[in-house]
Amino acid sequence: MAVLDFLNRMFSRENSNNSKNIAKERLRLVLVHDRSSVSPEIIEALKEDLIRVISNYMEIDERSLEVNLNNEDSSVALVANIPVLGLKRRNVPR
Amino acid sequence: MGEVMVITSGKGGVGKTTTTANIGTGLASLGYKVVLVDTDIGLRNLDVVMGLENRIVYDIVDVTSGQVSYSKALIKDKRFPDGRLNLLPAAQTKDKTAVNQAQMQKLCEDLRKEFDFVLIDCPAGIEQGFKNAIAGAEKAIVVTTPEVSAIRDADRIIGLLEAGGLRNPRLIINRLRPAMVKQGDMMSIEDMVDILAIDVIGVVPEDDTIVISTNKGEPAVLDDNSRAGQAYRNITRRLTGADVPLMNLEVSEGLFDKVRKIFGMGR
Ligand SMILES: Nc1ncnc2c1ncn2[C@@H]1O[C@H](COP(=O)(O)OP(=O)(O)O)[C@@H](O)[C@H]1O
Ligand SMILES: [Mg+2]
Repeated sequence: MAVLDFLNRMFSRENSNNSKNIAKERLRLVLVHDRSSVSPEIIEALKEDLIRVISNYMEIDERSLEVNLNNEDSSVALVANIPVLGLKRRNVPR
Repeated sequence: MGEVMVITSGKGGVGKTTTTANIGTGLASLGYKVVLVDTDIGLRNLDVVMGLENRIVYDIVDVTSGQVSYSKALIKDKRFPDGRLNLLPAAQTKDKTAVNQAQMQKLCEDLRKEFDFVLIDCPAGIEQGFKNAIAGAEKAIVVTTPEVSAIRDADRIIGLLEAGGLRNPRLIINRLRPAMVKQGDMMSIEDMVDILAIDVIGVVPEDDTIVISTNKGEPAVLDDNSRAGQAYRNITRRLTGADVPLMNLEVSEGLFDKVRKIFGMGR
């Protein structure tokens, strides 16, 4: 609806340059990081789940497994480094 | 048995002390027996906001250290002739380590036997003072303003409260400026609820009458003409279980929102 689009722009409602939208986006990013540091248990729990799932498919070096949340320019990425010792031949669940 | 509620925020200057004074006075106006505990040791403030600063003899450290009984240290607010509103002032010349968590738990246990509401005004920060303030509490109110730094700190406090066993804290959004929200230059109530994911118990507008009432030492909740006072009266009633809708100014629905709703464009 072009009229509403126009009104939207005129009232600058959905304009992502509104300072409140900038605030929301910045908060979203910073809180992903803050929340993960408040509870390292979450990362630990995630690690355990990852090990369980991946072990269905391959042998991994559980002790060298690393999971981190990395802050990039405009996003937060979950980065996992999981050394693989070997692939399993069978037991591939479908 | 009364309810022990801590008013906290992380960031300083967002309105914890103002909120404690107004909610406490509001609850007393409804007839409840209330005690306000200022745990901001070294930065005593609740006494001046309440207008009770001239009558302090003993403070919280005198009580927790066992030197005097709490009833001796409490200051009765003379606005309520039957003595149902009381203040336990913070110590001004000591530091936060003068009280520990076990002492606070004991104090709160004692106070809730006598009072319907024990309201704890928490210092800023997440260190010892914060840990003391939440030690004896069973409920928590988190105060924030619609700004990035205050909301970030509120989020962290919510995490720490939950880690400390204080589940489901409730949010007060203070100093909201509806005109700025309408312009898109201030986060709205919904924006903040989205981000913090906790229940809102009230929204207090930015209001000059808060400054005026603090000047006089008379909480705005007693002023029938104060909009912030009205917001605090509503919060008080919600705390006692009443279902009070958010004030009109709190919703701050502009003409354009109405147009959007009519055209079915609302979220
Ligand atoms: N709704 C409001 N409108 C205007 N001024 C306010 C409002 N709430 C708080 N203030 C002012 O903000 C300042 C900080 O408030 P205070 O309650 O002392 O915060 P805190 O206890 O969190 O440090 C005080 O000067 C107070 O008068
Ligand atoms: Mg304060």
